[in-house]
Amino acid sequence: MTSTYAHAPGFVAGDRPKIVTSRFEFSDSYTIERYLATNGYAGLRAALAQPAGSVHDEVKNATVLGRGGAGFPAGTKWGLTPQEVWPRYLVVNGDESEPGTYKDRLLMERDPHQLIEGCLIACYAAGLSRCFLYIRGEMALAQERVATALNEAYAAGYVGKNILGSKFSVDIVLHWGAGAYVVGEETALIESLEGNRGMPRLKPPFFPAANGLYGQPTIVNNVETLANLPWLLCNGSEAYTAIGTKTSPGTRMVAVSGHVKRPGVFEIINGVTTFRDLLYGEEFCGGIRNDNQLKAFVPGGGSAPWFTPDQLDLPFEASQVGPAGSMLGSGAIMVMDHTTDIPAAALTLTRFYAHESCGKCTPCREGGTWLERILTRVVEGTGTDADLDQLIEVGSSICPGDFPHASNADLGLSAVPFPYKMTTICFVGPSAYAPVHSALTLFRSEFEARVTTRKRIPVTAVANSTTGHAS
Amino acid sequence: MSRLTDANIAIAYEIIGRYPRPKSALIPILHLAQEQDGYVAEDAMKHIAELVGVTPAEVFGTASFYEMFKFEPVGKYLLNICGTMSCALMGAEELMHHAEKRLGIKAGSTTPDGLITLEHAECQAACTEAPCLQVNYRYRFKMTPADLDTLIDDLAAGKLSDEIPSHGVLATVRQRIPAERGVGAVAPEKVNESPEWLDGKSAL
Repeated sequence: MTSTYAHAPGFVAGDRPKIVTSRFEFSDSYTIERYLATNGYAGLRAALAQPAGSVHDEVKNATVLGRGGAGFPAGTKWGLTPQEVWPRYLVVNGDESEPGTYKDRLLMERDPHQLIEGCLIACYAAGLSRCFLYIRGEMALAQERVATALNEAYAAGYVGKNILGSKFSVDIVLHWGAGAYVVGEETALIESLEGNRGMPRLKPPFFPAANGLYGQPTIVNNVETLANLPWLLCNGSEAYTAIGTKTSPGTRMVAVSGHVKRPGVFEIINGVTTFRDLLYGEEFCGGIRNDNQLKAFVPGGGSAPWFTPDQLDLPFEASQVGPAGSMLGSGAIMVMDHTTDIPAAALTLTRFYAHESCGKCTPCREGGTWLERILTRVVEGTGTDADLDQLIEVGSSICPGDFPHASNADLGLSAVPFPYKMTTICFVGPSAYAPVHSALTLFRSEFEARVTTRKRIPVTAVANSTTGHAS
Repeated sequence: MSRLTDANIAIAYEIIGRYPRPKSALIPILHLAQEQDGYVAEDAMKHIAELVGVTPAEVFGTASFYEMFKFEPVGKYLLNICGTMSCALMGAEELMHHAEKRLGIKAGSTTPDGLITLEHAECQAACTEAPCLQVNYRYRFKMTPADLDTLIDDLAAGKLSDEIPSHGVLATVRQRIPAERGVGAVAPEKVNESPEWLDGKSAL
């Protein structure tokens, strides 16, 4: 049984375990009254009743994977801070803007107290003394809901000094951006939070856990990651790992959009639900629109290399999607049916990344724009054969080597987000090339059909004709 | 136009007080200036520089990076039509063409009466509700050209002024930290000890 709610457009509930969306059925889910009536802040109480170290262990045992894109376990991340360096900060990444993705927006709009409780649990467990909750600038409603919830929570004694009468004190500061995709990258987020242009910092050597906000150890966690914590503290890590698989426990929010019958955001079981379930299952999208043929789909947000119907049976599990050549990223699937104009579809994504390049790294700033321009002329029908090779050449100077190269067992990681090598600091550059590479590799004939067959006039011939001297 | 009003200066100081370093308050205060004037005026940036303790060039340096800040007046309503993949697959281009035709302007410009500024936008995080758009960052989902006509009519007739504030006003609710409840921001160099609750015992 599935149901949709008028008050939460896009969200589709089903008969599956609900960890982060359990309150979405209530139209007043964002109020403190509803939150407290539905076990709200019980996870915080459970956390404060034990030493911070054991809360940290509980999160480690549950292997709560980061839901922002890289999938790094939160408990492990918290442990990467250098010893005895204080203060440490928590920065919450609510700058959701990856094409195809939206789950953090729903979590902030529909259940802001759950996020606040998650922030408090993280601060308590990892000894973080101030929390900055960074919400994307364009999300006015999310900002209003979180601001209201914070005001309520301060008044009720859940945030601020001596929380619930204990020795635990932490402020949560609402911060909001002003429109820049790259700020979703954690070091750019920190730059932006310091009042600078949101350009990523070079890393390694310094990851935010060691050297982040104001040069202090800083944990950057995604909204959905933190939203998992209240449930986890109420129900324990065993209950959490009982859902999903050993390597991908719990649930995960996934947005499926594009050419499907019923697009929606679903909370699915991690590691178990397959792409076929999502696209064709009756409790999910119910098939491709007009019963058309599936042509391709983007499995993990605009940055992810594309999949074709061959990969439909892969589960939502990083260790399998990675070696298959893509990534789960931020839990966003975009579906293209057989009527899709592939070069034009790839252009919409490449244009996005070219537009959002911050300009710090030359290969991305220049390369992204080149990709966009070349692809535009191919789509418009004025490109040539040479342009297709040029696309690959430009792309290869952004991310040289095998592409995508998804797994790296030598490092003890079952899956590394693409690509293996890149000439830019962050993933915006490679992301501009990912759709071009996927589209060209999978559907080259569509590009070839678009290019003009007119041969270029050799430069020497032009020179000779203007000077009048035949050689 | 102008420097910040006294009421807004008070809000600005309140915001600055929440950060260990004042410059962190730059983006929120730039939003405040945009809320006051509808765009970020040059005098406002000079004023913000004084409040935050940086140069006006640094304020403009930061502000000019972010798309939401406008440095000259825009329409009362900023109409952002999403054109990234999911919306593009579901007809965003047609919607944009319709908007340009209906308003008689190209994307990136403002209607002569100063009511609507039309812009191309990138992914707005409502991909299942494609094609979508925002009016002053308030969503409209699954838009057809007919829906767009109705929306423009309603905006022109002032029917939506309760729901959609003028450009510059983002969230209508501000965070307020009561003085007696807040922990307060401390410069990082003044903290050398681990937080009190990390003493190996439970906090409650």
